[in-house]
This record gives sequence, C-alpha cells and structure tokens, in this order.
Amino acid sequence: MNLHEYQGKEILNSFGVEIQRGIVAQTPAEAVEAAKKLTEETGTGWHVIKAQVHAGGRGKGGGVKLAKNLQEVEQIAGDIIGMNLITPQTSAEGKKVHQVLVTEDVYYPGDSEPEEYYMSVLLNRANGKNMIMYSTEGGMDIEKVAEDTPHLIFHEEIDPSLGLMGFQARKIAFNLGLSGKAFKEMTKFVSALYKAYTNSDSSLFEINPVLKTSDDKIIAVDAKVTLDDNALFRHKDYEAMRDIREENEAEVEAKAVGLNYVDLDGNVGCMVNGAGLAMATMDLIKQAGGEPANFLDVGGTADAERVEAAFNLILKDPNVKAILVNIFGGIVRCDRVAQGIVDAYKSIGTVRVPIIVRLQGTNADIAKKLIDDSGLDVHSVIEFQEAADKVQEVLS
Amino acid sequence: MSVLVNKDSKIIVQGFTGSEGTFHAEQMIEYGTNVVGGVTPGKGGQSHLDRPVFNTVEQAVKKTGADTTIIFVPPAFAADAIMEAANAGIKVIITITEGIPVADMIKAADYIKDLDCRLVGPNCPGVITPGEAKVGIMPGFVFKSGKVGIVSKSGTLTYEAADQVVKQGLGITTAIGIGGDPIIGTTTKEAVELLINDPATEAVVMIGEIGGQLEAEAAQWYKESGSKKPVVGFIAGETAPAGRTMGHAGAIVGGSDDTAQAKKKILAECGIHVVNSPAEIGKKVAEVLG
Repeated sequence: MNLHEYQGKEILNSFGVEIQRGIVAQTPAEAVEAAKKLTEETGTGWHVIKAQVHAGGRGKGGGVKLAKNLQEVEQIAGDIIGMNLITPQTSAEGKKVHQVLVTEDVYYPGDSEPEEYYMSVLLNRANGKNMIMYSTEGGMDIEKVAEDTPHLIFHEEIDPSLGLMGFQARKIAFNLGLSGKAFKEMTKFVSALYKAYTNSDSSLFEINPVLKTSDDKIIAVDAKVTLDDNALFRHKDYEAMRDIREENEAEVEAKAVGLNYVDLDGNVGCMVNGAGLAMATMDLIKQAGGEPANFLDVGGTADAERVEAAFNLILKDPNVKAILVNIFGGIVRCDRVAQGIVDAYKSIGTVRVPIIVRLQGTNADIAKKLIDDSGLDVHSVIEFQEAADKVQEVLS
Repeated sequence: MSVLVNKDSKIIVQGFTGSEGTFHAEQMIEYGTNVVGGVTPGKGGQSHLDRPVFNTVEQAVKKTGADTTIIFVPPAFAADAIMEAANAGIKVIITITEGIPVADMIKAADYIKDLDCRLVGPNCPGVITPGEAKVGIMPGFVFKSGKVGIVSKSGTLTYEAADQVVKQGLGITTAIGIGGDPIIGTTTKEAVELLINDPATEAVVMIGEIGGQLEAEAAQWYKESGSKKPVVGFIAGETAPAGRTMGHAGAIVGGSDDTAQAKKKILAECGIHVVNSPAEIGKKVAEVLG
C-alpha cells in the first residue's frame, strides 16, 4: 500500500526520524491557517506547498512551489488543489490533487551550505535481506545517478537477526562526507530510519532528499513509503491511511469482491485463475494481435458470483472488443465454472462483445458441452492455442 | 527416480485440522501420498482423517519419523511454522500459505539457512512426483509419470505445462512449484539443479515470470554446468506494465533486467530453448527430446 508524503513522514517521525514539518490542507484557506501555525511553531518565514498525490516527480509537474508570504500560500494552494498533476510517473492525463502539504522552509541560510543526499531502505531479493541504499547525489532522479555515476551509490546490507549495527550507521555518515555535529545527527537519523522501516512493516522507504541543513541538522524533506500489504493486519492504524481516491476505480471495486485486477489499456479483456496463467494469457492475447485490457486473477473459487463480478468489471471498459476466459480447472471443476459463466451471462442480459471461453482440466469436456448447449454467443475451446486463434479471428 | 518427494516420504500436515489443511490432506491421501499425521497446536492426541494429530512438530517427528511437511497455517503464523519444522529436523518443508509478511520471511529464511533442511515456497502449489506422492494442492490427474521435470513460480501455469507435456505422450518426473513471493526457499536455480542431477529426468521445463533475478541465475548455472539435458523455458509477463504487482507479490518489474524480454534473452544466451507462446511449451519439449 502506497502512502502520501505527509502520512509517510508521520510514520517516520513517530519512530524518532527528524522530518521537515508540515500540515496538510484541503483548501487554500486551510493552507493559510497551516502556514500561520507553522510559522508560530517553527519560526519559518517562507513555506513550501507540495501536492499530495501517489506519484514521484511532483516538482517537475509544478506540484511543489515556494511561497514567500501568506498571499502566495493562498494563491499557490489554490492553483495546486484541484489541478491534474502530470509528472513522469503519472499517466498522460495526470493525477487530480485533492490536498497539499504546507511545509516549513528548510533551506534557510546559515553557517554551512545545505546538502542533499539520497537514502532508501528496501528488500534485496537476491539474498533475502534488507538493505540501505544511499548516495551523495540527493534530490535527483536516482535511476539516472545509477546509470551515470554508479560509484556514487552505496549499499549497506542488514543482518536479519542483528539489525543495523552501530558501525554501519557510522559508515553511512562517513561515506556521505559528514563530520562533527552533522555526522552524529546522520548516525541517529539512519538508526531511527531503519527502526521505523522494520517496526512499520514497510517494503520501501525512499527519502529523497535527506537534507543537511545550514545548521547541521539531518532531516527527511520527502518520504515515499510503501507498506507491506501482507502485514497490515498488525497495523490497523495504518490501514486507515489508505486513500482510495489515488487508486484506480475498477481496481478498488475488484478488490472489494476479492478479485485481483490490474487495469490496462488494451482491447481484449481476460479472466483467468492463477497469476502466472493470467500473465501468460495476456502474453498470448498480444501474440494473437490484440492488447490485454486487464490482468484479472479470479482465484481458486471461480463461482457464478465472482465470474459475474469479473465480467461486469471488464465490460465497463469501452475499449474491450472481446473477452477471453482461461480457466485451468484443478480443485475447481470446469463444469462449475462453465455454469457460472452461463448464469452470469444470462444475469447480465446483453453482452456486447464476443466471449471466448477456454476451460481445461477437471471436467473440461462436460464444461464445453454445457456452454455449447446453452445457446449463448460464447465460443468454447479446450486448447490454449485454439483460444489464441479464436481471439485473432474475432478481432479481424 | 525423482526429487524432493517420493513414495517413501513420511509427510505431516501443519495446519492439519483447518479447512484448507483438511481438504488438501484428504486429496493427498486419496492420491496415495504417505501422510503419517498432522500438527495443530492444542489438538494433540486427537485423530483426524484416520491420522494422529500432534501439538508440536517435534512430537510428530518423534512418533511418526516424519521427514517432510506441508504447511497450510494462516499467514500470520506460517513463518513460525516453517521455523518449528526446521527446528524439529524436518528435511523438506513445503509451504503453501500465501500472504506471509515479508519481515517474517526474512527471519524464517535466516533461521533455517544453517539447518539441514530445504524450504519450498511459500505461496506455491507444492511438489508432485506422479504416481508416488502429491505434496501440494495441484490436481493430481493432470500429472502422469515420465521423464520431464518442471520448475515453476506459478500454480495453474504448472498444470498447463504438465498437461501439454502429457498430451505429447510424455510424462513428469517431479514438478516443483517454487512460489511467487519475493522471498522463497528453493530458488529456480536450485530446483533446476536438482532435476538436472536426477538420472530419471531427461529434460526440464522452467517457467518463470517478471520480477527478480532467479531465472537468470538458473540460466547462468545451467550454462556453466555444461549439462547436455535440454531445458525449455517460458517467462510470463511480457505484457505486464512496469512497477505494478501482477497477482504474485514478487511479480513486479523493478528495472530493465527483470522484464520478461530481458529474462528470455538471458535464457536463450545460456542455451535454454525459449518459447514465446505459453501454448508451445509441450510441443517444444517433444521437439528437444526428439
């Protein structure tokens, strides 16, 4: 589950990670109030207004702006709230901004120059251990840093039973070129950050930038936090942070009925049992000259209710020209799924696109007969290749 | 011959009396698998499906001599069940449970790494040696005994591949579902290695998907091994968008080297017979076996 910057910072701060302070606002008036309050609490003169959407690269799309007085706070907040923010990570239409984070200005002048670093915590799948990845090149696109200057990216692997060790935190601070107070602050920052990562059951922390202020404090200026969905049962309070406005409508609906669905741009919908077979089916659609309109795993119990919900979901997409159902019956019997398809079809009434059903495995023959005898406009096939050929046929 | 499980395996079921455990244990017993008992904490001393129930894996091992376990324990307790099995001396730990928190699996994988055991899964369909033992949730009738080994991250795609192989008049030595999670016990490379080293296996089908480096690692190993046994490979997810999780928690394209296209390229470079269409797995196997 992805979080907004302000939510991620809340979690970080609850474990002692120093952050750039801010208050979230839904309207320009709220933004002005937030700015006043921040000035009272932090003494900040200027404010930064940041769009809160689940996408990176917000600054590039005009979603992060500096306000030098309250009038500017109101005006900028008014501009950003309600805009469709287009960033390198959003679709071409962009993402609607519902709220902004009004923050203190942390790039104030002082005894030393502010410095930006990059830091993330994530799982290294190659060895099953968490690692801290960091770089002196903060505030930049890290993929680009990795490509252009890979020697400026460092990794620190964390031992699963021992956790982050003191020398590792020191090593990170030294590699970032810090000394004196800033060095000490960085070791504290890294330790708190790792503690926050494990205690919140996160699967990704990306802090870009981590800032050394002109008075040698170390703070998180941004926070991208992804929580492990499988561990949410341990964190009921985080579950409330889900913002379904940020998620695809069809995907939210699918989730509510227990379907695993990913919305795509193509013209052939599909309904499959099992994630691997679902991906393979999408690939087959492409090879047959179509483009998959979705990923949809109906799971182990493909009964009439779920099949109907799945059909309805797919049919909502006006681009869909055909639907391919691919079920490998194992424990689930194909004839039961076929009955589900027939019932769902009748219940929906008019289905405006051809449906190709491929049922294989337990009772596949009975299932094919059931569909063929139903009198519905459903093409039934048994082999995978036949299904592909049929897709090609109905598309042409 | 076969790998991991056979007719002599003494199998226990952890989460034996739960609904999933009961249903699949029944199916396994019906298939002829040697299920010697099960574990459900607090229900020790009872009998279930005509087999004894134990409170701990340790007791089950002591009383039945079990060497293999299949885990149906709910996600919140499954990592603990894996560690308990390893601690009790179980040699093959097959974990079906889907949805185990990553943090729990990091700990479990670290705990069992120095113990004499092999974890398969989690989030996998299990392992089947046709005609001998079905230690998983796969439909047994699809798998006929023969000379082709299968390694796969996916459940239904494994059944699909097995079905295609069988329809070519061939059969399966052992099919290993390694699972689709970011952290799994037996890797693609280890499973391929087991099958390549199995005298009865004459060809291997390796089915992967987007995300991670497991298939590339297996392909490198195969190339370096110099093995003459043919391997047929398929990678699902050519059409999957980057950065999205496709059903399996581990099926997510993170960079340029874990896309289906990149993986297929590496496989082909390492001498693996890559099929582009998932409908051609069986045909390709028949072709490479001549």
